[in-house]
Amino acid sequence: MSIITKKTSMMTGLIMMMSMGAAYADNDAGMIKQTKGAVVIERGEQRLDAKQGNRVLVSDRVVTGADSSIGITLHDGTLLSAGSNSTLSINKFVFNSTTNAGELDASLKRGTLAVVSGKLSKTSPNAVTYRTPTMILGARGTEFVIEAN
Amino acid sequence: MRRFAKTLALSILIATITGCAADRVVLLPNADGSKSALVLKTKTGEQVIDQPYQALNVNKSGSISLDKESPESVRNRYGEALDAQPKRPTSYIVYFVTGKDEIAQQSLVVVEKVKADLKTRKAPEIVVIGHTDRVGNVEGNDDLSLKRANVMRKILLANGITADRIETAGRGEREPLVPTDDEVSEPKNRRVEISVR
Repeated sequence: MSIITKKTSMMTGLIMMMSMGAAYADNDAGMIKQTKGAVVIERGEQRLDAKQGNRVLVSDRVVTGADSSIGITLHDGTLLSAGSNSTLSINKFVFNSTTNAGELDASLKRGTLAVVSGKLSKTSPNAVTYRTPTMILGARGTEFVIEAN
Repeated sequence: MRRFAKTLALSILIATITGCAADRVVLLPNADGSKSALVLKTKTGEQVIDQPYQALNVNKSGSISLDKESPESVRNRYGEALDAQPKRPTSYIVYFVTGKDEIAQQSLVVVEKVKADLKTRKAPEIVVIGHTDRVGNVEGNDDLSLKRANVMRKILLANGITADRIETAGRGEREPLVPTDDEVSEPKNRRVEISVR
């Protein structure tokens, strides 16, 4: 292979790799996989109806009403699901899908939350934090439920 | 003595007021059976639980008490949140013919499994990462790995998955499943990894 074609193919490869990379924005944390009843995403001043397939962004607050629930999968594979009368905030989410490094910080102000940890909590200890008004939880490769009153 | 009784009554009162409305956490068994633990911190203390169905209650003042749940009590109390849990992510590996972006015959069944899995998911998202073995140069393999990933991407698009739900990348020969010397042909490294969530 001549030097020129080698260089060209290397560049094309690089450009292709970059352009085919992350299909979502930097502040994108995950996706709503299912909802039941009345669920609202509070995003700054906006109040949006939460629907299956909608994206969840960093700083979003998810609020469920009576007889309502929501299931979210974050980009690292973390499963978050909240029962009725719950308020869940995604305070921080950073995930590098190549190295599996990053950070997750979420808080449950009230209600119930079931968690199945994703790749983040397996790679970097102390990378994942859950909070309620009275506690701070560190989780590593764990499944659990939280309740806040 | 009277003073002591008064203080005691007062502390019981405070404990009753602050003691109710506790936050709590219950550790559940990991689906894969692996060990797990939670570290809980409050403004006054810290505690670790590492057994399934152990629970911790925290009152408003931050004091922690150990509790015990069962599969049934967790089901009763947290069934709503657990029922809303999305399907767990799954990974698949599809192997390729040497030097080509052609799926190996024995992996066609895996492609069918991926398609079937996607049908069971709500709002599925897929990450497709192509790899090669170490035959050929690094640049050529970067190219080939991405071509392999794109073969899978096309199959997904043809099966109704929209482009914004598919993330594709080629990693060339950098991340072998089986480490080998350069120029070694290794079928297990000629692959596309598909993560579905």
